[in-house]
Amino acid sequence: MEIAYWNKEIETIDRDSLKHLQLKYLKETIGYALRTSLYKKRLQKAGITSPDDIKSLDDLKRIPFTTKDDLRESYPRGLLAVDIGDVIRIHTSSGTTGTPTVIYHTQQDLNNWTELLARCIIATGATRNDVFQNMMSYGLFTGGLGLHYGAEAVGMMVIPAGGGNTRRQIKLMKDFRTSVIHITPSYALHIASKLEEFGVSLNELALRKAYLGAEPYSENTRRKIEDLLRIDVYNSYGLSEMNGPGVSFECVYKCGMHTWEDNYILEVIDPKSGENLDDGEEGELVFTTLRRQATPLLRYRSRDLAYILPGDCECKRTHRRLSRITGRTDDMLIINGVNVFPSQIEEVIMQFPEVGHNYQIYIDKQENLDKLIVKVEIYSKLFTGDLAELEALKRRIKDELRASIVINPTVELHEPGSLPVFEGKAQRVVDKRPAL
Amino acid sequence: MAKQVNVFLDNRPGRLKSVAEVLAQNNINVRTMTLNDRGEYGLMKLIVDKPEKAYLALSEKHFACALKDILAILVEDKPGSFFKIATVFFKHNINILDAYGYVVESGKEAVLCIEVKDIPKIKEIVEKEGFKILEEDQLHEL
Repeated sequence: MEIAYWNKEIETIDRDSLKHLQLKYLKETIGYALRTSLYKKRLQKAGITSPDDIKSLDDLKRIPFTTKDDLRESYPRGLLAVDIGDVIRIHTSSGTTGTPTVIYHTQQDLNNWTELLARCIIATGATRNDVFQNMMSYGLFTGGLGLHYGAEAVGMMVIPAGGGNTRRQIKLMKDFRTSVIHITPSYALHIASKLEEFGVSLNELALRKAYLGAEPYSENTRRKIEDLLRIDVYNSYGLSEMNGPGVSFECVYKCGMHTWEDNYILEVIDPKSGENLDDGEEGELVFTTLRRQATPLLRYRSRDLAYILPGDCECKRTHRRLSRITGRTDDMLIINGVNVFPSQIEEVIMQFPEVGHNYQIYIDKQENLDKLIVKVEIYSKLFTGDLAELEALKRRIKDELRASIVINPTVELHEPGSLPVFEGKAQRVVDKRPAL
Repeated sequence: MAKQVNVFLDNRPGRLKSVAEVLAQNNINVRTMTLNDRGEYGLMKLIVDKPEKAYLALSEKHFACALKDILAILVEDKPGSFFKIATVFFKHNINILDAYGYVVESGKEAVLCIEVKDIPKIKEIVEKEGFKILEEDQLHEL
């Protein structure tokens, strides 16, 4: 098979040279980190006051982990390492309790990010002659803009369709001969099931590849989508703290996601002890940015569980491959590609005196899409008996939830004492979605 | 003013029976009832002979319930009677939130229960048009 590369030199660099490069970039990153209030303190405590205190990659272990809480506590400027005038974009995401986190980007940061996505796209065998329809949400969510810039860099014709509006998506795919799509697995299944309803056959489409990310899914789901749409599906992994998509991506061999190790140091640790694990051992993924000026992150704990696939890939890329994400170390839910913590839902519900303190979060599949149902109990003492008020309450809860978690939930009102009583947040979640 | 007992109920088998059981145990007689289905829940509206007692008994059993004032209009049980009162509503631009009725004595008397926003004002209008509005005690003497 003819293998195409975007940046062959870096993508096939030998491991020793790669480590050398990592050390050089790590020192640069430490230089930026020392300009942030969070890391200045932390690094000093670890005896690191200058990039020259990093002598080898092993010195990374002297640096404590960074967590999502650190990012929240540093909001909005505690992790900013450059002049605000040099920042050209930010992306924010909501934290577990509604406090957001922010990642700043300089022009060079965005150029690096774009290059990673160009590498990913070319690695899947796509070319500038492909038509790329991006069905991920644009805006603060990183999934849309990330791939968008990468696809433009490759020279593809980009259709920035964003998420939703299935009828229009299918029409765009048909009218503009879309050949590559970027989509969540659940939405891909949904679109496949709707083609017939909208009177479009696969023969009328030019589709050949799909990039699937933002949600965990199984090998069986990949095969199902490949069969239904007669395409090749490539797995994509990223997290907003590490820019977004483009951290790890599959090549034409579809056997694990190459992680761009010239841009990220990837560690796999035992989530309990924090000890580093060997390739092949499943643990929590920990990332260090190597090429980000505006928001350097050192040993960031992703809370995603996976393992590194040992051995070489036939594509000759030397950047190690990541398995599918096998789980989370926290109670985060992924609903139609959007990250939601039960605590965010709880916080919204508790603002309403008209509802009791017990609630249940119920998730199911409806026409291949995730459906979130939030069940609350009404509070007897504030019950007025008025139907219009009940319906208005439901609407208000729904609107507040939508504003907070960016998902449109169904809100159900229930009798006091009718929902099961639990101790923990996670137990209030009933996930009826079929197992991966 | 006539009272109606509103009860919030989950929409699942057995809930009506639970309400009926409490009413029966407290020797409360149901004159009429309606049920609004809103999907996962329903709102039950009861006209009973002892609304306050019913409200307390249901509250004690942890039902979400409320006592609501309604207008109970005495009408004749014959063709055209409903048209007569509906015309009054129309003439005075009265918006009805909910309405239901029941026959007290076939061919003679019926009661039309209506829920409206401004009860005292509408009571006055309807009475001026020659209709009798029943007070709570009168409602249960029929």
